[in-house]
Amino acid sequence: MRVDNHVILGKDERKEIVEIQVDGKTIHAKKGEMIIAALMANGIRINRYTVKKKEPRGIFCGIGQCTDCVMVVNGKPNVRTCITPVEDRMIIKTQYGVERSNG
Amino acid sequence: MVLREIGYLTKKELVDSNCYPSEERFNKGLVVIIECTEEIPCNPCEAACKFKAIKIGKPITNVPILDEDLCIGCGVCIAKCPGLAIFVIDKTYSDNEGLISFPYEYLPLPLIGSIVKAVNREGKVVSSGKVIKVLNNKSLDRTPVVTIAVPKEKLDEVRGIEKLESKDSK
Amino acid sequence: MIEKEVVVIGGGPSGLSAAVEAAKRGAEVLLVDENLRAGGQLFKQIHKFFGSSAHKAGVRGIDIATELLEQARECGVEVWLNSVVVGLFNERKVAIKRTLTDNSEKLEIVQAKKIVIATGASENAVRFRGWTLPGVMGAGAAKTMTNVNRVLPGKRILMIGSGNVGLIVSYQLMQAGAKVVGVIEAAPQIGGYGVHAAKIRRAGVPIYTSHTIREAIGSKSVEKAVICEVNDKWQPITGTEKILEVDTITIAAGLKPLIELAMMYNCKCSFIPQLGGWIPLHDENMESTISGIYLVGDATGVEEANTALEEGRLAGIAIAEALEYISLENARKLKKEIWQRLNELRMGPFGEARMLAKNNILTGCKKQ
Repeated sequence: MRVDNHVILGKDERKEIVEIQVDGKTIHAKKGEMIIAALMANGIRINRYTVKKKEPRGIFCGIGQCTDCVMVVNGKPNVRTCITPVEDRMIIKTQYGVERSNG
Repeated sequence: MVLREIGYLTKKELVDSNCYPSEERFNKGLVVIIECTEEIPCNPCEAACKFKAIKIGKPITNVPILDEDLCIGCGVCIAKCPGLAIFVIDKTYSDNEGLISFPYEYLPLPLIGSIVKAVNREGKVVSSGKVIKVLNNKSLDRTPVVTIAVPKEKLDEVRGIEKLESKDSK
Repeated sequence: MIEKEVVVIGGGPSGLSAAVEAAKRGAEVLLVDENLRAGGQLFKQIHKFFGSSAHKAGVRGIDIATELLEQARECGVEVWLNSVVVGLFNERKVAIKRTLTDNSEKLEIVQAKKIVIATGASENAVRFRGWTLPGVMGAGAAKTMTNVNRVLPGKRILMIGSGNVGLIVSYQLMQAGAKVVGVIEAAPQIGGYGVHAAKIRRAGVPIYTSHTIREAIGSKSVEKAVICEVNDKWQPITGTEKILEVDTITIAAGLKPLIELAMMYNCKCSFIPQLGGWIPLHDENMESTISGIYLVGDATGVEEANTALEEGRLAGIAIAEALEYISLENARKLKKEIWQRLNELRMGPFGEARMLAKNNILTGCKKQ
C-alpha cells in the first residue's frame, strides 16, 4: 500500500511510471524507487527461497546489510532489492537458493 | 513513577509534579498544561513562549514550569514541543462545555464542525466532541493543532481524538 | 594514487558535520557514502528533535539533513556516493570501491592525512521461532519503507522493543496509515521517554511490559504472533500466551556500532554495553588510539542524532586545528562550547549511563 499523502511528507509528487516484470507478471513502479518498494506496493513480500529448506525470505534490514531481500535482476542474482532502484523494463525473478548469473 | 509502567500520566502524577494550573486560573480562561514530567534535555517550549510563561533555565533537563499568571493560553507552544505533550484548555467556553487544543499529526484531519470521538490518555473513548478549529499553517511546521469542545467534566481526561478513517486527499 | 587531506567515511549526521566544519575552514575534504544519497538516518527522522532550542531542537531530522547537504555543497566538500570504503591500510590509505557517473566501478586508493570513521550502527536481531518469515524486519527497515520509500511494510504491526526507536517508529507507522496492534517490552518498564509512550498510548496502542515474543506464525509470511509474559528472571511464563493478529513484526532491540574499519586499523576498542557493544575509544578531540584516525557518531557509541552532530563538529574542528587551518586559541574555544553542549545532552536519567560510559572512554584512550 502506497502512502500517497502524509501529514509530514506531504503529497507524493512522483508521477513517472515505469513497467517492470516480476516472475513474468508486469507491474507498475515509480521511476527511481527501490525495487523492494515497487514489490511491496504490489503486495509482493517474498523475495527469495533458501537453499536447503526452501523457506521464503523478505526484507529485513532495509539498508543493504543483511541480503535477505536479494533477487535475480536482469539475469544477475544476489541483487539487494532494498537499495537498487528500478529501471524501465527491468526483469526481476524470485531467487531460488544460490543462482548463477545468466547474462 | 507509574508512567514508566503504563506509558501515560495519571492526573495524580501531574498534580504532584506541579503540571496542573489551579482551578482559579482555569476559571479565568485559556491556559496551557505541559504534561512533561521527566528530565530530558529539551527546551523548545521555553524558547517558544513570547510571554516568558514557561521556565526551564539551566540545565535544560529541568522539567518545564508554567507561570499560570503570565500564560494567556495562546497555544504557540503546542506545535513547538517535540514530545507533543502540551495542551491548551479553556474551561470558560460555555456553561456546559470546555475546549481542548491538542497536537494532531495524522491524516485525514478532522473537518471543522464535525463530531469526533474524544479519547483519554489511554486512547479510550470517553466522550464525543465537536471540532471547533483546525490549524495547519506554515508556522506549525506540519504539526496541526485541533481544538474540540467536550463536556466540561471531561476536560481533565480528554487529550485527543480517535484516528479517523483514511480518505483520499486532504 | 589520489591524495586528499581529509577522508570522511559515512555521510550521516556525524560525518556530514565533520566534513562541513573541516571544509569551511579550508581543508580539502572527500566524503564517501555507500548510499545513493548522503544523510544517513536523518532522512528517516520525520519527527522534531529534542535538545537545546539554540541548537536545532524542534527541527525535523529531514530538514536538518537537507540543510547539512546544502552546507556541504557550499563548503566544497567532494562527495562520492554509491561508493564503499572496503579497507583502511597502512599510513592512512583508504581503499574505495567507487561508482563513477557512468555507473562503472573502480577501485581507488586514496592517501589521506586525516580519516573520520562515521559509519554508524546496525540493528540488533531478536531470534524467535518463525523470525525468518517475510514480514519480520528491523524497525529501521519499516521506517525506511514508510518515510523514504512511501510504502507501508504491512497493515497490522507488532513492535518489539519500547526504547525510543520502538516508540517513535510505532508512531511513524501509524502516521503512514498502519495499525500498531501492540508494543512488547521484555523489561518491567518502558525504555523510552514518557512523552513518546504517551503519544502512542493516546492513539490506543497497548504497551505490554514484561512480555516477549514466542513465535511468528504464517505459511508464506507473518499471519499471527504469539507473545507471553516473562518473570523476573526473563523466563517465559507458560500459560500466559496471547495471540495477536498481525502481518508484520518489527524489531527495535537496540543497535551496535559498525566498527570493522576501526578494528582493521587496530584502533583500541572496549566492550561497553551501555553504548551498544564493542566501542572504538576516542579522546576529547574524537581521535582514536591511532593518530590521524577520528571516530564520530554511533560508530563510537550508540546515542542520538544531536550528539552525533556535535561529535562530528568536534572532530571537524580538531582536524582543522591539526592541519593548521584554525588557531589553537579558536579551536580551544569552539571545542569547549561543543563539550558543554554534549554534556548537556547527556544529562538526566536517560543520559547518565552514556555520560559515564563516554567519560570512561576518554580516560581509557591512550595513544598507541
